[in-house]
Formats: sequence, structure tokens, C-alpha cells
Amino acid sequence: MPKSPNDKLQGTLTLLVLKTLNTRGPLHGYGLCEHIRSVSDELLQVEEGSLYPALHRMEQDHWISSKWEITNKGRQAKFYSITAKGKKQLAEENESWARLTRGVMRVLTYS
Amino acid sequence: MAWYLRWRNVFRDDALSTELDAELAYHLAETADRLIEAGMPEAAALIAARRQLGNYTIQKERARDMNVATWLDQLRADAVYGIRQLKQSPGFTAVAVLSLALGIGANAAIFQLVNAIRLKLLPVKDPEQLVVVDWNKDSARAGSWSTRSANFTYTQWDVLQAQQKAFSDMIAWSASQFDLTSGGEPRFAQGLYVSGSFFPALGVGAELGRTLGASDDNATCNAGAVISDAFWHREFGGDPRALGRRLMLNGYPVPVIGVTPPSFFGVEVGHRYDVAIPLCADRLMAEDHKGRIPGRADWWLSIMARLKPGWTVKSASAYLSAISPTVMRMTLPEDYKPGLAKKYLADKLNAKEADNGVSDIREGSENALNLLLSITGLVLLIACANLANLLLARATVREPEIAVRLAIGASRWRVVRQLLAESLILAVSGAVLGVFVAYALTRGLIALLETPDSPTFLSLSWDWRVLAFTAGLAIGTCLLFGLVPALRSTVLSPAAAMRASGRTATAGRERFGLRRALVTGQVALSLLLLVGALLFVRSFHKLLTTDAGFSREDVVVVQIDFSKASYPETQRLTVYRNLIERLAAMPGVISAAQVGFAPVSGSGWDNSIGPENTPAAGSNKQAWFNRAGPGYFKTMGIGLLAGREFTDHDRAASAKVAIVNEEFARKYFHGINPVGHTFHLEMGAGKPEPLFQIVGLVRNTKYYDLKEEFRPIGFFPVAQDEHPGPGMNVVLRIAGSPGSIIRGAKTAIAGVSSSISMQIRMFSEQLSDSMRGERAMAILSGAFGALAACLATLGLYGVMSYMVARRRKEIGIRMALGADRRRVVQLVLKEAVLLLAIGLAAGVALSLWTAQLAQKLLFGVQPRDALSLGGAVALLSAIAMLAGYIPARRAAAGDPMSAVRIE
Repeated sequence: MPKSPNDKLQGTLTLLVLKTLNTRGPLHGYGLCEHIRSVSDELLQVEEGSLYPALHRMEQDHWISSKWEITNKGRQAKFYSITAKGKKQLAEENESWARLTRGVMRVLTYS
Repeated sequence: MAWYLRWRNVFRDDALSTELDAELAYHLAETADRLIEAGMPEAAALIAARRQLGNYTIQKERARDMNVATWLDQLRADAVYGIRQLKQSPGFTAVAVLSLALGIGANAAIFQLVNAIRLKLLPVKDPEQLVVVDWNKDSARAGSWSTRSANFTYTQWDVLQAQQKAFSDMIAWSASQFDLTSGGEPRFAQGLYVSGSFFPALGVGAELGRTLGASDDNATCNAGAVISDAFWHREFGGDPRALGRRLMLNGYPVPVIGVTPPSFFGVEVGHRYDVAIPLCADRLMAEDHKGRIPGRADWWLSIMARLKPGWTVKSASAYLSAISPTVMRMTLPEDYKPGLAKKYLADKLNAKEADNGVSDIREGSENALNLLLSITGLVLLIACANLANLLLARATVREPEIAVRLAIGASRWRVVRQLLAESLILAVSGAVLGVFVAYALTRGLIALLETPDSPTFLSLSWDWRVLAFTAGLAIGTCLLFGLVPALRSTVLSPAAAMRASGRTATAGRERFGLRRALVTGQVALSLLLLVGALLFVRSFHKLLTTDAGFSREDVVVVQIDFSKASYPETQRLTVYRNLIERLAAMPGVISAAQVGFAPVSGSGWDNSIGPENTPAAGSNKQAWFNRAGPGYFKTMGIGLLAGREFTDHDRAASAKVAIVNEEFARKYFHGINPVGHTFHLEMGAGKPEPLFQIVGLVRNTKYYDLKEEFRPIGFFPVAQDEHPGPGMNVVLRIAGSPGSIIRGAKTAIAGVSSSISMQIRMFSEQLSDSMRGERAMAILSGAFGALAACLATLGLYGVMSYMVARRRKEIGIRMALGADRRRVVQLVLKEAVLLLAIGLAAGVALSLWTAQLAQKLLFGVQPRDALSLGGAVALLSAIAMLAGYIPARRAAAGDPMSAVRIE
């Protein structure tokens, strides 16, 4: 199955990460990938190459915060959680995404 | 994103990198785990996981650098683009950098002086612990003061040292000048008599040999001299063999024992020491071999002290005040009369901070330095206004470019940043060039203020204060002239800007207001500076032409010192007469006369008098005195109003006589002709007051300096001086070339004895030295005023040219419709006149309001001097109208057709 080039669509990755962190609580990068993959029934595959830079940028923008914790397998992992500022950003991105899809759908269904 | 986070990324490279490594490693491990669970062999799973993650290094780089790299790249691009933009308009760049360099340089130069005089700490150990011991204001003391900043007698120094408990160390010094020659024309070294504690207490070591120590200030006093690094290089070429070599100090041989480090110049800011010898040496150098050490009324020492731990300046001051009665009781001069003694016993001492040394120029220069700092500040402000104006013009030219940038998505901040980068490049270049300007200017300034008699030394190294000041100026000016244009040029909507690029017939007026305001401000400020300049120039001119009572030209002053020739006191008068006769007989000399000291030479002597048989002591009638030989008043061109000059018949044995001036007669004889009347002169305790008969009345003359009001002055005959000193002053009235007469006088004196020291100069030179402060103010304020006027004119010219360019089409249409050239010139000039008039009005108001500040520095001119104000207005109007007329002519000279066809 071809990967959906979700990160090519600007802003989608941010939206997905923020949404996941908002519903699932603190998660590490790998967990984020897995969650998005499984929840989207493997339709969406987050490209790791984009994920980590995106996470860092979002952290520096104070949308998410991070903390090092030990997983139940005993490994050190960096857990990200959404901040208040991130929640506001999520609402905004949600809105613009909805607008975009609505618009695109209208164009596609126009006959 | 905040800039500091980016910087953190740049500098915390390692920490960030490890963190990323760990994070990515975790991701790898989890992916591998999943693959293994799915049944893949471990080795293959690891490879697959890594492949899935992609290029590990690139990931790291991207995660880490993405923000930093773009940011740094933008910064570099801004700089490169800025430089390229500036290169494209070299004229603008040159004007901008040059005016900034002058503005910043002038400010840095004056600040450097302020720093050296007022702020810098002494280059000694723990300067913050040092205090200077001083007298409370209006302390009553009398006696003879022999040097600058002299405050204490030797007895007081002794007693203070023994009595005090607040200080860990005390030092005393006395400034002096030592003649290094053994006859002929003197060559002076700046000397210091220092206590044995001086160098150890200040923590100043020797760079060569040793310094003086406590044991060197003793009765035999054969230690030698410590010299400064500068003197060592000047006199000995920095030769280490200078140690042990003998220096002739006032004809007395003293061996060199050590050299102090280059940073140490003494403790008096504004002066540099060359040679230091112990206090005890004063006895050896003195003519009477007693010196000033035993004299209880000989004020010659300055005292500094180092606070013991736990003491503050305040507590030490209170302590000194508390022990003052004891000190005064133990040091009371014997010949004080009861009234003065009572006042003296009530005198109080205090302590003042001395971490930046003591200075006799600090107070005197404070007003002038503050004023100069304000003047240079205003010049810089005008330069900034000018630049802001030029940048606004440039921004308008670049409007389409900026509009395109904004239209294709650049943020406003991004464009502002780019414009500011350009300004910063200008400001920094200006500051760098300004450093050189400052370097030249400070040295020029000191040369302007220095005279052969009072060499000025200031430690002018660039310390952090000056560097911070200059850097602050650069950044401040950049923001001042760059920010507003940058903000304004990015405020309009891109579409509007692109539309507006030259398609309207008349330029939009709304965006032009700021430039008009800037020009008006420039005109106002430069008028203020011009008024100031004219005030100082007029004040200086008044000084040059004021009636000082004596003639300034064609007078030569000859100072002769016999101390090395050692004539006995009884022979001196004969030797003097012999010398004066020789000088008077020289060709070109009309007359020659002896005088105690030439007027306005810095010397002076005052005492109380009692007119008409009243006692002088306690009369509170103060007069100043001098001695004069026969023919003095004629030689100096001082008018004799009544009675006679001194003659050869006024001898030591004949009746005591005096000549007084008009002010003396007005004040103490109610303005009647005082010839024939008498007065008493105050003497020390126990001595009878001598009675003088007035034999002549002369015109008023200046005494200490040309700026003073006339004082009551009395003259006594030289021949009635009971203790003639080992030196004399002669004034010559000459006709002919001063050069050959001065040479002739030197030969004539050397003919009497080769061990006589002499200094010969024109009286006018001595006068002009006394006016150096006023001369410097006139030159500086004149130069800055001219610079300000130039900048303002440039600003006005720029605005007018720009306006003409913008209205070119409108003017073309007007001309095509029949307006003649005269009308067009009028149209443009009307605008210039309006700007000028508003600026001048504001400037006049500003000048009237601030004029009071200059009052103390002016002589003979009121601060609200109508002539200066009118002159400045006329001058500025004339050049500003020229600046407006040239663009106006250009507008009128254009071909209407080409103007309309331009688009």
C-alpha cells in the first residue's frame, strides 16, 4: 500500500500530532507514529524523517512540551505532551483543515 | 521563534545532539522490536528499522539545524544585500558614513575627556579605598600658598599622621617644577615632593630599580629621585643605565633610583609627574636651606589617605571633623593675630572620595565639558535627522521593490529587519571611522588647551566606558535614523504602493509630513548651535579687544632667575640695575622696567589695608599688590592720571611710597584724587603696620585674568623690597622685530653670567595663553555650529530636490499651460521658505530658552545677545535659501514636454 504523503500537505502533520497528543495524553515519537498508523487503519504513515524535526519545531514554538521517562520496557524515551498554547493551535488547525476539506469536497463533487 | 532559542541551538550543539541521538535510538529500538515480534531475524530487523528511519545523519541535521541555518542564512543575506545596496549609491553612503563619523567621533572625543577627567579610577592599588583630606568650605587660613592644590603645612601633616586612627596609610605630596639645566633657558620637569609612604601606600612598584620608601624621607635625605616611564623615555631614551645617573634639579644633583610603570602618572588628574623626590629634599632645594618644612604658615602639601577596613568616607569624614580641634590647636601658626587664630581653631577637616584622583581642572572644566557634550550630542542628533531624511527618500524610491517583496509573502518584520541591517552597517562604519576622528580630536583639543607653562596630561586610553559609549552611540543612532523610515516604508499595503509608483500627477502629501518635520527640527537645532557659536566667538573677540588697562602689543616679558648664580642678597639690587641698563640699551628697545610679576601671569598677592591712618588689621579692606620699577607704567602703556611714577630716588632708605589704581581710589578714598594720602598695610602678629604715602594714580588694569572685574591694586617700588628674591621680571617696550630683540636679550643676559636662567616671551603670547579656554570654546563651538548648519542645509536641499522630482510632472503641466519660470521658482521656494521660517522660529525660541546655560562661560556678551541671534538667523537663512534655490532653478529649467512624457 502506497504511503499517503501526508507531510507534503502543509500543516497536516502538526494537526495530526497535536490531535493525537490531545486525545492520547503524553506519547513518545515512536508511539505517535504507531498511533497515527493504527488509528488511520494504516492509511496514513508518518514519515519519521519529518516527524522529529516537526516535534522540535513545535516544542520551540511552545505548542508541546517534553519530558524524559522510562518506558515499561525499561528504555529511556522522550514523552511529548500538548500545552495550553498547543490546544489553541489545535483548534485553529482543526478549523482550517475542516475548511480546506469542505472546499476541496465541494470542488470534487461539483458536476 | 525567539532569537535566544536559536542561539541556544547554535551553542548547545552537543547537548542537543546527544538528546536527539537518544530519541532516535529509542525509535530504532522500538521499530526493531516490532519487526522481531513479527518474525524477522534480529539482524535483519535492525537493518530494516534503520532503513525505515531513513538517513540518520540527515535526520539529525534537519531536526537540529533547520531553524538556526535559515536564520543565520537570512542574517548573512541581509548583510550582503545591505552592502550591495549601499554600494549602488556611493554618494549617499559617503555622506551618511561621513556625517555619522563626525557626529560619533565628536561625541566620543568629548566623552573621552569627561572619562579621563571625571570617571577613570586612579591606576593604583584599590583606588576605591582612597580619600583626599580637605578643609570644610569657608575655613579661615592665611599664609603663603606655593603650589596648586596645596592644602596643608608640614606641621599639620605630622600631627595628622600621629593623631588619626581611621586610615591604614596616609600620603602627602606637593607639585613643583624643576629646572633641568644649569643656566640659560630653563627646561622644566614636572616635579613632585612625596612622603616616604607615597609609593608603598599607593601600591606603585618600580618597573626598574626601586621606588622611594618610608626610610628615604629622613634628615640626611640622600635617597635620590624616582622618575616616570614617560620621562625615562624622553630624557634617557629608555636606557636601563639611567639608574644611578645624576639629574640636575634646580642646579642640585640628584641620582635616579627607579622608574615607575607607564600607567602611573601621579594622583592629580590633568597633570603628569616626571620626577619625584622625598619631602625632606625641599630643605636642600630651598635657597635658605630651611625650606617650607618648619613654616607653620607655609601651605604646600596635599594629603590623601587609605581607609582602614570597615571605615567609610562618611565615617572617616566625621572622624576628621571630630579630631580637628586637637589638630588645629597643635598646628596654630605663631604669627596669627587673635581674631584669625580663633577662627583657625574652629576650622574643620573632612574626607572626600578620591578613587579617581584629585584634579584642579575637574571643577573648572565641568561647565565647558557639559556644554560641549550637549553640543556634540545635538550635532549627532542633526546628523541622525539628516540620515533619517535621506533614508526616507531612499525608501520612497524603493517603494515598488518593497511592495513586491511584501506581495510575494515576506513578512513586514522581515523587510524591516533587512532595512535595519542596512542602517546598522552605516552606523557601525560611521562609528569605526568616528574612533579615528575621536583620536585626532582629543589630541587636538588637549593641544588647544595646553600651554608651555601648564602642560596638560590626560590618560586617554580606550577603556570599557569609552568603548561602551561609542558602541551605544552606534546602535542608538542606527535605531534613531533607521527604525522610523523602515517602519514607515513597510506600513502601506503592497497593492497601494505598486499603484502609487509615479502614476499620480502630484505626490501624496500625507507621507511627506515627517520629512518636513525632520528638516524643521534640523533647522531649529542648527540655529541653536549657530547662536551658541556666535556667542562664544563674540565673547572671545570681546576678550581680545577689551580694555585691560595696559597695551597688549610690543611688550616683551623677561623672567630672570639668579638662584643658580647665588648672588648675596645685598648685591642683588645692583645686579638687577646693571641688567636692566643692558636690556634698555639694546637696539629696538624703547624702554625697560622692572616689575614684581607681569599682569595676568597667574601670580598675585593680596592683603588688608587701612586708609588714612586707620589700622589695616581687621579692616576688611582688601587690595591686591605688585611691585614696579621706574618707568613701568610708561613701558606697559598704563595711563598715569595724577602724581608721578616711581623714580630712582625711591630707595630702600627713603620714605615708603605707593601708586594706586582708580578702583583703589574709588573704593577706599571715595573717588577723590588720593595722591598725598596714606594707608597702612597689614603685617603678621607683633610687627608694626607700615604706612605708605600715595604718590601716583594710574588707570585700572586687569590683575589675574582678562575676564575679571577691575580690582583695587597698589604698587610699591621694587627698590623698597626688603627681601629681594633671587629672580626678577623685566618688561621691555619694543619697536621692531621681536625675534631679533628676544635673541639680543638672551645674549645680553648670558653676557652677565652663564648660570642665570631666563625665559623670554612676548606679553601678547602670555595673554593669549590665558585665554586658551575661551579660544578653544570659540573654535569648537564655531566648528560644530558650521557642521550643524551644513547638515541642516544638506537636509533642506535633499527635501527640496526630492519634492521637485516628485512634482516634476505637475510642474511640467503648469509650464505647458503657461506658467513662466519665475512662477515655478516661486512655487518651489515658497515651500522652502515655509520650512525655514518654522524651523527658525522654533530655533529662536529654543535659543532664548537655553541661553542661560552658557552664561558662566561668556565674557562681555549677554546670553540673549540680539546680534548673535540675528547673525545666526541671517547666516542660516542665506545658505538655506541657496539650498532651496538650486532645486527650484532645476525644476524651472526642465523641458515641460519631457517632464510630462516621462512615463
